[in-house]
Amino acid sequence: MNDGALRDARRHVAVVVIGAGHAGLAMSYWLSRRGVDHIVLERGEVAHTWKTERWDSLRLLTPNWQSRLPGSSHEEQDPDGFRTMPETVAFLEAYARQVAPPLYTRTRVDAVRPASRGYEVDTDQGSWACDAVVLATGACNRPAIPAVAAALPAGIESVSPLQYRNPDALPEGGVLVVGASASGVQLAEELQAAGRQVTLCVGEHVRVPRTYRGRDIQWWMDATGLMDQRYEELDDLERARNVASLQLAGNPDRRPVDINALSAQGVRVAGRLVGVSQGKLQFSGSLRNVCELADLKLVRLLKSIDEWATARGMNGALPAAERPSPTHVEASPPLILDLARSGIQSVLWATGFRPDYRWLQVPVLDAKGRILHDGGVVRAPGLYVLGLPFLRRRKSTLIDGAGGDAEELSAHLLTHLASAARAVQGA
Amino acid sequence: MATNTSTVDNGVNVTALLGAREALGKAPEAAQFKWRASCKWVKGTHSRSTIEGYYGLGAEQKHRRAFEFDADHPDVFASEDQGATPVELVLAGLASCLTAGVAAVAQMRQIQLRSVSATLEAGMDIRGILGADADVRNGFDGVKVTYEIDADASPEDIRALVAQSQKRSAVYDILTNPTNVTVEVK
Repeated sequence: MNDGALRDARRHVAVVVIGAGHAGLAMSYWLSRRGVDHIVLERGEVAHTWKTERWDSLRLLTPNWQSRLPGSSHEEQDPDGFRTMPETVAFLEAYARQVAPPLYTRTRVDAVRPASRGYEVDTDQGSWACDAVVLATGACNRPAIPAVAAALPAGIESVSPLQYRNPDALPEGGVLVVGASASGVQLAEELQAAGRQVTLCVGEHVRVPRTYRGRDIQWWMDATGLMDQRYEELDDLERARNVASLQLAGNPDRRPVDINALSAQGVRVAGRLVGVSQGKLQFSGSLRNVCELADLKLVRLLKSIDEWATARGMNGALPAAERPSPTHVEASPPLILDLARSGIQSVLWATGFRPDYRWLQVPVLDAKGRILHDGGVVRAPGLYVLGLPFLRRRKSTLIDGAGGDAEELSAHLLTHLASAARAVQGA
Repeated sequence: MATNTSTVDNGVNVTALLGAREALGKAPEAAQFKWRASCKWVKGTHSRSTIEGYYGLGAEQKHRRAFEFDADHPDVFASEDQGATPVELVLAGLASCLTAGVAAVAQMRQIQLRSVSATLEAGMDIRGILGADADVRNGFDGVKVTYEIDADASPEDIRALVAQSQKRSAVYDILTNPTNVTVEVK
């Protein structure tokens, strides 16, 4: 290798990890353990998005025990609690101090492009040449706002959960919350409790109780092996990767945030938002069926938990099995709502998120802009991605999932570096 | 659920359906279909629609034969009742679409169907179509579908069949979501 020629133009490192959130830090931990020369680039500070792109009241949806990062010496004081955002940031900062990655903060990546050997990473702090790149920039960089948003009349404020902070930041008046997954149900609840009339648009969703038979639902999903289910085992991986987030909130009192709870609170429930025409909102007439689908799926989940508990002889030690009451849907849910008459002044698009790969100048995206990968091994040699839905396991998007994925991908990466080195020597 | 998968036969070619999903996922052009109908006025409110050709898989296609559907209004509308009303044909379309879906999903899930029957009812305030009250819409104020299904499955699995069928039904989507309709005169 001729380092001399490279040294002046740009720095060389074996691996560039982009992003110093939980995934990037977990990858750095594994690369260090495997003795791989690497750096971690971060546009802001450690845990940047947790600090800057989350609303004030948000807590993690997973209990504190379920943030098992590799090699972490963190001693949990409140294992069953749910971290606030400042607590999450502090938790990750402590982990970063422990992992002590070769970290460049305030270094924004502007481009990753293929080079004659490996990749070139351009940043606002100069360039690096490297053999491999790990994308640990997360799955939630940009809100996925449906096209119908463009038809909203002027004067109605559109806000994404990445911008939303608290109810006071929204204009006076009613709020339309579009989407009933984790973000949507939490924000609907918060806004309704703040005295706003919320209308919630409900498409397909995943209903789960916060606790079941005395244990947190995440405990069950972890204990029964559901969270560790691997991507190779699934019949329909595409579907699994597109499943919405669970209707959960990390509230200390563990109150439910499902459609029944929100209706009881006064939230008006409508079907999926399917159109805006002449100042009128149009909702799908499919509300009853999406609730039925969610209820049936919930019962299947609880049944599998009960079967698991029975097989392990746990029934004596647990409260009896129970089934939540079916989702109540009014006889004729609204199909059309006149915006002017409804008092709705703002729309919160809780319609999901997408990664942002605008800086990725490697042809690895499909027609829909999704990165093409096999369990995080991207379709371009030496390129890896972490933290996407069901990347390698059901828990791949959780803090708890980063360690296992990083361990396996760093092993793959090591093999890649070895074969890349052989190719250079052979040339 | 049936334990011996080879015995379940609802007359649905699941292999072909799954093959089509796989193939069309990779060739979205071939997935573009055009459904067609033509209609001729007969007399009064009586008309006859003919359905024969359609476009799909990148080529013009034809049914095995032309199908004809008479539509008219009943005696109480002072018509001659030469066929079902157009809105009843819509109900027939929904019922057939959902029922086909039930059979396909059952086959996919290895559930043997013995009988499937649906009854449909749609409410309508005809002051809308008569122009008697501007606040009343022309169309249905709701559609109720009731299934009776005898199958080799638990009541919950049967409900899941019907729910999944709605999720994948074209006519259900057409009725529950808005569609742009353009009517031109040559």
